[in-house]
Amino acid sequence: MHAVLHTFYSPHDFRVALPNVWAGFQVNLKLMVVAEALVLVFALAIAVVRGLPGRGARPLRALAIVYTDVFRGTPLILVAFLVGFGVPALNIHFVSSRSNFTYGVVALTLVYTAYVTEVYRAGIESVHPSQRMAARSLGLSYLQAMRHVVLPQAVRRVIPPLLNDFIGLQKDTALVVVIGVAEAAEQGQAYSQTYANFTSYVVAAVFFILLTIPLARFTDHLILLRERRERALAT
Amino acid sequence: MSFVRLENVSKRFGDNEVLRHVNLEVDEHQVVCLIGASGSGKSTLLRCINLLERVDEGSIVVDGQTLTNGKVDVNALRKKIGIVFQAYNLFPHMTVLENVTLAPRKARRLSHSESRSRALDLLRRIGLEDKADDFPDRLSGGQQQRVAIARALAMEPKLMLLDEITSALDPQLVAEVLNLVRELANLGMTMIIATHEMSFAREVADRVGFLDAGVILEEGPPEQIFSDPREQRTREFLARVIEAGRL
Repeated sequence: MHAVLHTFYSPHDFRVALPNVWAGFQVNLKLMVVAEALVLVFALAIAVVRGLPGRGARPLRALAIVYTDVFRGTPLILVAFLVGFGVPALNIHFVSSRSNFTYGVVALTLVYTAYVTEVYRAGIESVHPSQRMAARSLGLSYLQAMRHVVLPQAVRRVIPPLLNDFIGLQKDTALVVVIGVAEAAEQGQAYSQTYANFTSYVVAAVFFILLTIPLARFTDHLILLRERRERALAT
Repeated sequence: MSFVRLENVSKRFGDNEVLRHVNLEVDEHQVVCLIGASGSGKSTLLRCINLLERVDEGSIVVDGQTLTNGKVDVNALRKKIGIVFQAYNLFPHMTVLENVTLAPRKARRLSHSESRSRALDLLRRIGLEDKADDFPDRLSGGQQQRVAIARALAMEPKLMLLDEITSALDPQLVAEVLNLVRELANLGMTMIIATHEMSFAREVADRVGFLDAGVILEEGPPEQIFSDPREQRTREFLARVIEAGRL
C-alpha cells in the first residue's frame, strides 16, 4: 500500500512535478481552444455541404461523406503519426516546416471535425422539414433558409452533444504527445522517467479532470434546462 | 386572361396519384375555395402552385409566367405567391416581428427600419402589435396563424394560398383568422383557399371547386355547388358534412 501511494501519490513528487506539468498543460489548453474553434467552423460547413440539395451537388456531398467516413474510422493516434511525421517528410515548402503544435492541431481538427459534422447533421435533421418549407415559401434561397431558420434551431439543440465531443477532444489533446508536442502528458512522462516516480502522471490527470468536470456539469445543466422548457411547452 | 391557370396537372408520390389532370383558372381578385375530403389533393395542389412540389405533368401559369418549364426562378416566383399552412410553421427561435421581417429583409433586401415599420403596420392591422416582441410559443393558435398570414403578406404577394389554415385551431379561435381572410378578400387579394369551413367558403368564394381523389370533379359558383351539386360524389360529400353539423 505504501509502495502504491509512494509511486502514484508522493506529495513531494507532486510539488516538484507540478510546475512542469502545468506548463505542459497550458499547451493542451491552447491545442484545445484552437482545435475546437476550427472544428466548430469546418464541421458546420461540411454538415451543410452534406445536406445540399440537387444533382449538381452530388460530388460535394460524396466528398463530405468520404471525409467523415475516413476520419471517424481512423484512430487519432494514426492520424497524428501521419500528419506529424508524414507531412514533414514530404518536404513541401511551407507545409512541411510547421511546428509540432500545428501538426497536433491539424490532427485533432481532422478527426474531431468528422465527429462534430455528424452532431451538426443530427441537429439539422431534427428541425422539422416544415420549417425549411415555410422559409423557402417566403422566397428565401436554400442557403438563406439554412442560415436564418434551420441552423439557429439545429445548433441550439446540439449544444450538449457538442460539449460532450469537446470533453473528448480535451482529453485527446494528450495523444499528440506521440509526435513530440511538449504538453502535460509529455511532461509527466519526462518527470517519471527521470525520477522513477509516476506521481507526475497523476498531476496531469488531475488537471484534465479539473477541466472536464465543470464542462460536464454545465452540459448536464443545459440538458436539464431544455427538458424543463419542453415540459413547460407541452402543457 | 386568368391570373393562375393550371392545365392538365398531374402529380404522383410513388404509385400514389395525388392529382390527376387538374384544370383550374383563377382571375385576378378572385377567391377560389377548394373543398373535399382530407387526402383528396387540396394541399398538394396548392404546393404545386408555388413549386414546393414539382408537378409530373401539365403546366401551371401564374401572372403570365410558366412555372413548369424548369426555367423559372423559383425564389423570385415565391416572392409573388404567399402560402399559409395548417400548422402555422412560424419560426420558433424568432420573435413575432422577426418572423415577419425576415423574408422582406433577406429576399427583398429591404432595410432594417423599412421592413420593421411595414411589419409593425401589418401587425397593427391584425391587432397583434403588442405581441411584436413575443416569441410564437407565447401566442394562442389563432394569434400564431394571424402572424403567419402577416408574415406571408409582408412580401406583398399577388396571390395567397391558404392551406386549411383553421384546421388545427380550437373552434373559438377560428373566427379571428377567418375574419382576417375575409378582410383580405374584400381588399381584392387573389386567393386559393383549401378549407373545411363550408359556410365560410360559401360566403367568401367567387368559385368553389370540389376535389375528389385528385380530380376537380365539379366547379362553379358557391350557391350552385352547395345547393345544387351536379355530381353524385359532391352530394355525398356535402351530405356527410351536413351530418357532422359543419354546414
